[in-house]
Amino acid sequence: MARPRLYRTPAVVLKRMDLGEADRIITLYTRLHGKLRAVGKGVRRTTSRSAGHLEPFTLVDVLLATGRELEVVSQADTISAFRRVREDVNLTSHAYYLAELTDLLTEDRSENQGLFLALAGSLEALEEGEDPRTVVVSYQLQLLSVLGYRPQLRECLRCTAPIEPGTNQFSAHLGGVVCSRCGSMEASARPIQTDVLKLLRHLQQAAGTTRVPSVPEAVSRDAELLMRDYAEQIVEKHLRTPALIARVQQATGAAGP
Amino acid sequence: MQVTIEPISKVVEAFASLPGIGPKTAQRLTYFLLRAPEETARSLAEAITEMKGAVRFCTLCWTITDVEPCMICTSPARDQAMLCVVEEPLDILALERTRVFKGVYHVLHGALDPLHGISVDDLKIPQLLRRLEGESPVREVILATNPNVEGDATAGYLERLLRPLGLQVTRIARGLPVGGDLEYADEVTLARALEGRRSA
Ligand SMILES: [Zn+2]
Ligand SMILES: [Zn+2]
Repeated sequence: MARPRLYRTPAVVLKRMDLGEADRIITLYTRLHGKLRAVGKGVRRTTSRSAGHLEPFTLVDVLLATGRELEVVSQADTISAFRRVREDVNLTSHAYYLAELTDLLTEDRSENQGLFLALAGSLEALEEGEDPRTVVVSYQLQLLSVLGYRPQLRECLRCTAPIEPGTNQFSAHLGGVVCSRCGSMEASARPIQTDVLKLLRHLQQAAGTTRVPSVPEAVSRDAELLMRDYAEQIVEKHLRTPALIARVQQATGAAGP
Repeated sequence: MQVTIEPISKVVEAFASLPGIGPKTAQRLTYFLLRAPEETARSLAEAITEMKGAVRFCTLCWTITDVEPCMICTSPARDQAMLCVVEEPLDILALERTRVFKGVYHVLHGALDPLHGISVDDLKIPQLLRRLEGESPVREVILATNPNVEGDATAGYLERLLRPLGLQVTRIARGLPVGGDLEYADEVTLARALEGRRSA
């Protein structure tokens, strides 16, 4: 879709970077044009009216002016600030994860309304108190799916036999599950528990339309790790944000329940 | 015809590498120095060199100092039971101007920012923990990080980390505009924020 000189779109703020004395480059995931970067002029001044609206993970209504390389933010108004996500560092660290995944796996200016809705919906789910790790897994699946990397979870990627409960393997290299017989021939494959596979299938099918189920921590943790491996394999980069999640939970663990 | 004169472009590049200075400002500063008396340029160069030699970080609070430990850490007038955690040394200057706070400080040298690779160990958080463990005089820790996502995340993390040490952990009130930098806030706003701190 061609961009007019001045246009308005809902967007999620993914990240921002200081520029010059008072400006910032803001990376947005917009509903109309996918990911794009825009200059926020003077937003670091306390007098700036837009500043508070352009914080990461805010769902904003932005008025953008088309630039040659970067857009310019003319106006920004909060649709949802996700206050709980902001105030609870455990939720914040998971929101950082959603933002990093989105930023790493998407191209600039590649429109994808479905992905915008999945991202906004996942932030909403964090805000509503759904289990953060399972929300992340659900988003991983939705993201991979809309980008054409939907993991195959129903039949073996080598021999096409339907996957039965039991000892199966997940191959980040192939992008899906292989059966117990084929698993031994796939060096990169790692065991996947039946409960983990069930969770992934459920989340893949639900595609963010229902609340995530509550599952034992070990199940969501394994699911997240498998999907993280897969995503890292695709972008050939290591995600930085899971380390913060681990540190936050470590600190909380020390504090007791 | 575009002519580059090596000694000039070196200075322009050096200025441009500083925070808050774009290529145009860098050029303006360079040409100012070029036209200024030699003494101006020499004293600037000397002042910078001297500063780098004489100034260091206080190994207690990690602020910039020329004496070790710093003046605030060693002052008998300061309340050692109250510790205020800030992101940058400049934040101390801003808070000192309010004359409200009589305790001591700890400078983190940044805030958690996982998207740009700034993690717990890149900040003076391990040093803070070491300072508070054992026989520390500190009874209350006031978290005065910037009121933005990174500052909030840092404060939230510290809250969880410090709570088990049995300290009172408070957070300066958010009278400050969200998304702004503490160093740009005016004294009145900052003073109110300090007075209005709440249990974290
Ligand atoms: Zn097979
Ligand atoms: Zn000191």
